[in-house]
Amino acid sequence: MNSLRAPISKILNWSCVDGPGNRMVLFFQGCNYNCAACHNPHTIGQCNNCGDCIPACAPQALSLVDGRISFEADLCTHCDECLKACQINANPMVQTYSVKDICALLRENISFLSGITVSGGEATLHLPFIKALFSETGKDPKLKHLSRFIDSNGHLGTTAWQSVLDVTDGFMLDIKAFDPELHMRLTGRKNDRSLASVRMLHEAGKLYELRFLMIPGRTDSETEIKSLIEFARTLDGPVRIRLNAFRTHGVRGEAAGWPPVARARVETAAGMLRHANLGPVELPALW
Amino acid sequence: MPSENPNFRRIVNDPTLSSAQKARALSLEAENSLTYPQIDEETRNALDARVICDMYEGHAPYKPRYVLPDYGVVLENGSEWLELPAPKTLDEAINTLMIAYHHVPSVTAMPVYIGQLDDLLLPFCEGVSDEALYQKIKLFWRYLDRVLPDAFMHANIGPTDNRVARAVLRVDAELKQIAPNLTFFYDPQISSDDILRQAVENITKCSKPHIANHPLHGEVFGDRGYGIVSCYNALPVCGGASTLTRVNLAAVAERSRNVEEFLAVKLPHYVDLNFRLTEARIDYLFNQSGFFDSFLVTEGWIDETRFTAMFGIFAMAEAVNVLQDKQGAKGRYGHDPQANALGHRISARLEELVAARTLKNVWRSRAMLHSQAGLSTDTGYTPGVRIPYGTEPDPVSHVQALAAHHRHYASGVSEILTLDETVNANPDAVMDLCKGAFAKGFREFTANVGGNDLVRVTGYMIRLSDVEQYNAKNGSRTNTTALGAEAAKCTSILQRKPRVVANELLAGADQ
Repeated sequence: MNSLRAPISKILNWSCVDGPGNRMVLFFQGCNYNCAACHNPHTIGQCNNCGDCIPACAPQALSLVDGRISFEADLCTHCDECLKACQINANPMVQTYSVKDICALLRENISFLSGITVSGGEATLHLPFIKALFSETGKDPKLKHLSRFIDSNGHLGTTAWQSVLDVTDGFMLDIKAFDPELHMRLTGRKNDRSLASVRMLHEAGKLYELRFLMIPGRTDSETEIKSLIEFARTLDGPVRIRLNAFRTHGVRGEAAGWPPVARARVETAAGMLRHANLGPVELPALW
Repeated sequence: MPSENPNFRRIVNDPTLSSAQKARALSLEAENSLTYPQIDEETRNALDARVICDMYEGHAPYKPRYVLPDYGVVLENGSEWLELPAPKTLDEAINTLMIAYHHVPSVTAMPVYIGQLDDLLLPFCEGVSDEALYQKIKLFWRYLDRVLPDAFMHANIGPTDNRVARAVLRVDAELKQIAPNLTFFYDPQISSDDILRQAVENITKCSKPHIANHPLHGEVFGDRGYGIVSCYNALPVCGGASTLTRVNLAAVAERSRNVEEFLAVKLPHYVDLNFRLTEARIDYLFNQSGFFDSFLVTEGWIDETRFTAMFGIFAMAEAVNVLQDKQGAKGRYGHDPQANALGHRISARLEELVAARTLKNVWRSRAMLHSQAGLSTDTGYTPGVRIPYGTEPDPVSHVQALAAHHRHYASGVSEILTLDETVNANPDAVMDLCKGAFAKGFREFTANVGGNDLVRVTGYMIRLSDVEQYNAKNGSRTNTTALGAEAAKCTSILQRKPRVVANELLAGADQ
């Protein structure tokens, strides 16, 4: 198990927006959705070693070695020009880590952490790695107090969820849209599996938060918010709902031209949710 | 007719100063028209070149820089000199303190320390309801801000979770005043998690209090205790600091050929010169000024053997980067492990040099090393051992990079962590950061949260709206706004990510 390695786009050892307390966050590379509104589009694709990014790298941290991209982190100046040059939404700076590597990082920063959150990309594309990592931290006397969270689009199937249920303390799931056609347009996928995942994880008592991104003219309609309320009502017991507000920061393509959502619009939706008395309603910390 | 000193006229006619602020600036000019205490030529040259610095404290030290009275003495005995009986009720105790503060000098001419308020007031709180206590503290707080408007004035509370500390935290978050500044002493063995959470929630509202690592400080100062005053200065209670002088590490690095020469020759040389400057100033204070003949000594508010000498340093970041350049290394301070390690080596060397010098008329005969927060005129130099503005890594990496410095600076390290507003929704993350910092050896935890009007300029607070108003030539009711405004113009403090102001200038707005 511990020989497993996973491609990770970025690791943060300070995050206050990915679950309770300060958390180490792993952003895995690769996603099974292709959301127009993605604010980390460079985490979607997997590098195909085409080398298009190499000329864009002024400090020459990138090269092709035996037909594969080689990245020298020491030379990188974090200008992100390579990400702009990539045609397939991949990231040549991705590095692979073993479970042991991540545990070492956790130990180094242990006095500062309440937990670890895996995100992405889509974290669950690396489920065996997550399972191995969370099992390991749960066993290690110095790490076992850390809470273990998965941030996901919910596309994973029931059996697969069950395989990590015991080693995960909380799940944060996104529903991109309630209208099936709208969901298909925004993500390229149907939403039936995400909805089923929310139900299943909530029933298991491990749904920490349900997240909904409000995009003007698309998912901020009264119909969508009402669907959110109806869906949450069918869940047994309170559910914490976080409304996120669409911003163009990091967004590529057509969606980069979409307007940001107005604060009043989000406040109105929050008012509707609170009125429905479904559980705590969280709003963006920044405007 | 003798010619007029143009500075006097400029102060008198400055439309942005109140008459009290003018009187203070005039007194500084008058003091500076006297001859400087006797120093040798080498020391004078280093001072003129500002490789060493006297903080522009004035030419005739007639009061210690920081005075930390044991206010317990006046609350227990009253004061014969001030014709005050010993207080018996909470109102009398607060009133006695309010009077006492007016008789405590410091470099700013206002008290920098107003006491360990919970220890002082708890004995008077029996039979006083929580609501009454809150109301009295609120009036007390309003008085402090309006009558002693200097943000270097500092109150201390903790480490116990008690009614007075709770009331102070409640009032401080509600009023969001620049004065007094506030430090909560945290001891994981004594303080409840609940009061630490309250303190952290206050930070998200008004960037106060500072949180002090009580066990670490306690170890240094022993039973008679310490106070945190002005900007991150940890000093003996019933005493204080006679002087603060400092070495510009970057200027020393510029004068060195390489790391070896810096550590073995140049640094010891300028440390020696800075000591000579310190000795000359302390000698004047103790042997000529007559300060220690005061009732403060005879009544036991202060003990003349408990005054330390603060040995300050600043511009560590630039010093390390200059030395890195000289050895052809690319790594920058705050980010590169090798550069950080060089910084730690310099701190260890400084501690060694400071411990090797015995001083007369100084607490325990040794100076105390201090990572100094800066003056508003320090253009191009980063305060203390801080990471340069705008280049700070995330707060956890920030703490990890600097933690190893802290053990060397017994009289305090000026450091500010800048957090964005997202922490407002997750104060537990700030608790994690604070506990992590203490576990790594941080002496103090200080955070600024983006979006607050009330922000910290080194250790003192200013309102951003006041700075804007001051810049619009409207003047300000508080003394420190002028310093903050000057710091904002001369140094790049407002460029800090997302924004932190850093500075300490005590010489008046005209320096």
